[in-house]
Amino acid sequence: MKLPIVDHPTAARPFVTNPKRSPWHDKALWFVRSKRDKQAKGVSEWEHLRELASEIKTHTVANLADYLEKFEQAATNLGATVHWAADAAEHNEIVLKILRRHETLRIVKSKSMLTEECGLNHFLENNGIEVVDTDLGERIVQLRDETPSHIVLPAIHIKKEEVGETFHQHLGTEKGASDPKYLTEAARQHLRNKFLLGEVGITGVNFAIAETGGIVVCTNEGNADLGVSLPKVHIACMGIEKLIPRFQDLSVFTRLLARSATGQPITTYTSHFHGPRDPDSELHIVLVDNGRTRLRGNSEFRDSLNCIRCGACMNTCPVYRRSGGHSYHATVPGPIGSVLSPTRDAKSYKSLPYACSLCGSCTDVCPVKIPLHHQLLAWRKELVGRGLLPVSKRVSMRFASMLFQRPRLFAVAGKCGRTALRVLPHWMTHNRLNTWTIARELPSPPRESFREWYGRNRNDD
Amino acid sequence: MPVALFVPCYIDQFYPDVAVATLELLERLGLDVVFPEAQTCCGQPMANTGCASETAPVARRMVEIFADYDAVICPSGSCTAMIRHHYAEYFTEDATQYEKVASRTFELCEYLHDVLQVERLNVRFPHRVSLHQSCHGLRELRLGGSSESMTPRVDKVREILELVEGIEWCTPERSDECCGFGGTFAVNEPDVSAAMGRDRIADHLATGSHVIASADMSCLMHLQGLIRREEQPISVMHVAQILVGRPVTRPAVPSNPSEAIR
Repeated sequence: MKLPIVDHPTAARPFVTNPKRSPWHDKALWFVRSKRDKQAKGVSEWEHLRELASEIKTHTVANLADYLEKFEQAATNLGATVHWAADAAEHNEIVLKILRRHETLRIVKSKSMLTEECGLNHFLENNGIEVVDTDLGERIVQLRDETPSHIVLPAIHIKKEEVGETFHQHLGTEKGASDPKYLTEAARQHLRNKFLLGEVGITGVNFAIAETGGIVVCTNEGNADLGVSLPKVHIACMGIEKLIPRFQDLSVFTRLLARSATGQPITTYTSHFHGPRDPDSELHIVLVDNGRTRLRGNSEFRDSLNCIRCGACMNTCPVYRRSGGHSYHATVPGPIGSVLSPTRDAKSYKSLPYACSLCGSCTDVCPVKIPLHHQLLAWRKELVGRGLLPVSKRVSMRFASMLFQRPRLFAVAGKCGRTALRVLPHWMTHNRLNTWTIARELPSPPRESFREWYGRNRNDD
Repeated sequence: MPVALFVPCYIDQFYPDVAVATLELLERLGLDVVFPEAQTCCGQPMANTGCASETAPVARRMVEIFADYDAVICPSGSCTAMIRHHYAEYFTEDATQYEKVASRTFELCEYLHDVLQVERLNVRFPHRVSLHQSCHGLRELRLGGSSESMTPRVDKVREILELVEGIEWCTPERSDECCGFGGTFAVNEPDVSAAMGRDRIADHLATGSHVIASADMSCLMHLQGLIRREEQPISVMHVAQILVGRPVTRPAVPSNPSEAIR
């Protein structure tokens, strides 16, 4: 599929320049980030845990084939059926086949970024199956025919008044209602009905344990549990990087995940599934590659497979907070998304590694220590190497490099620039053609550069 | 053996007083300081755009220029980080000159704190000051503890400024959020960059601060550009200027064309 080229600055403009939207979004996510800080502070071995998590993940990815086979064996022994999908299309076909076999018309699905990545919802809907997202945030974006703007808080970009409007349209709530309690109750009633009608439950997977063959799903709403408790069939979809070696490794991640994600000590529900719940039920686990093996082969960006999808890098990213998740036009937005998206399609996502001030906050917040801002920098090099930097930018960098290799020319150019800035009318240097000056003044140009001053004052020998 | 002063290109051209203040400060502390005049830029604009082949010759000549000094001191965390952490790829593994320069290049406050271990400065700055932590100083050089990290670290910039008498400290709510400069980011993403800068300024203003101080003038150049455009009642000063006792630079009134001509 050919994707349109995303231009992040343009895509971000309507959001970031909206005085009602951007500051509100920024504050909401900063609040989550602050909660995370408090929780992290409360764990004295926090930095040690991060290190440990990083090592476990790196080890797992290095030995992925072995652990996957081990997992398949263990899960099969527990009675689960393990499926392998090379890409999104194969994943969707596998799910559809299972649903067809059970003559399913309605499914309930808890949050899964993998199924978002594979476009499962639309695929199933096009095949005549009703899909109900049961995570409240995901249900809101689904009713609005939008995509999640955040991987943990899918509807973080939507205000409660807008939720009220959506619910009024789709669930028949009172017009103008915006009380979160009232709206949540309406969603509960609406979803309860859907849960009862759901014939198959689909969930994502937070962790899959090679040693036991068990899978772990973390939610705050209990919707995964409810969604798979009523139907006889549970389909769990996971990227192959969700694996961890042993059960005891899990504790490292459960301690990090919720604290990093939402600033809670632990998710409300941490549900373990070990095979189908009874002999009449089925548990299908779909292991999806979809580019992950290729990414694993790339030493520069391999670390990004360690991601546990906590969203902390989004909450902390000053660019994400102000530009909103949709400005990235990707399943996973924010810093980790800007690393992952170009691995799928470098040309379409070439602006994303530049949607970053290289502040490094994401790297410091990441619970598995992915060097995110250095990976974004590495991506820029990669993009230039592939000839994907606009020619104008490349030319200006060539010119700068040439200038910086000639100190005399640099000094002359500097003097000319400063003089021009001093003598030209303000409007000639401060206009739309000079992007710097759209929102800012240029520095007042001094008559003398430091090197000139130094030549006059110190260089007397 | 003299120490070398490394002056970032934009400081050389637009903020010469920051370099003069750095030089004066180091001389007052008894150092023999030399400014090697062949220096220009560390190459960060090219490197951060991803243009490695344009960065390489700039990085190599910088190392050559500074190879013979015991220490290279720079009034910028960002440019210091470029040399210390991002030069390796432009040199072969046995490049001893590079190893030497990378390990002996210091950010100014870091040098004062770690190497000279300055304890007294005899300087007064009786003003309300808030500190803007530069991201590269904090998260690349670890000049202090970042708010995300739970590893305790000494805040070197703050400790050095504490030696100045009379400062009334104002603490912004977000202690180390990025100002949105980010080098070419400022022009690649002008809207997001300006929004980030405005938020920082508002946070500093809300503390009642009169001066935003930072060890990185590039952040301040961006913030000052916004402050002058929007006529905000706050000044920016590089830490070096405060450490030598410069008076507060009032924000030059902006956008007035006659001002630019004068």
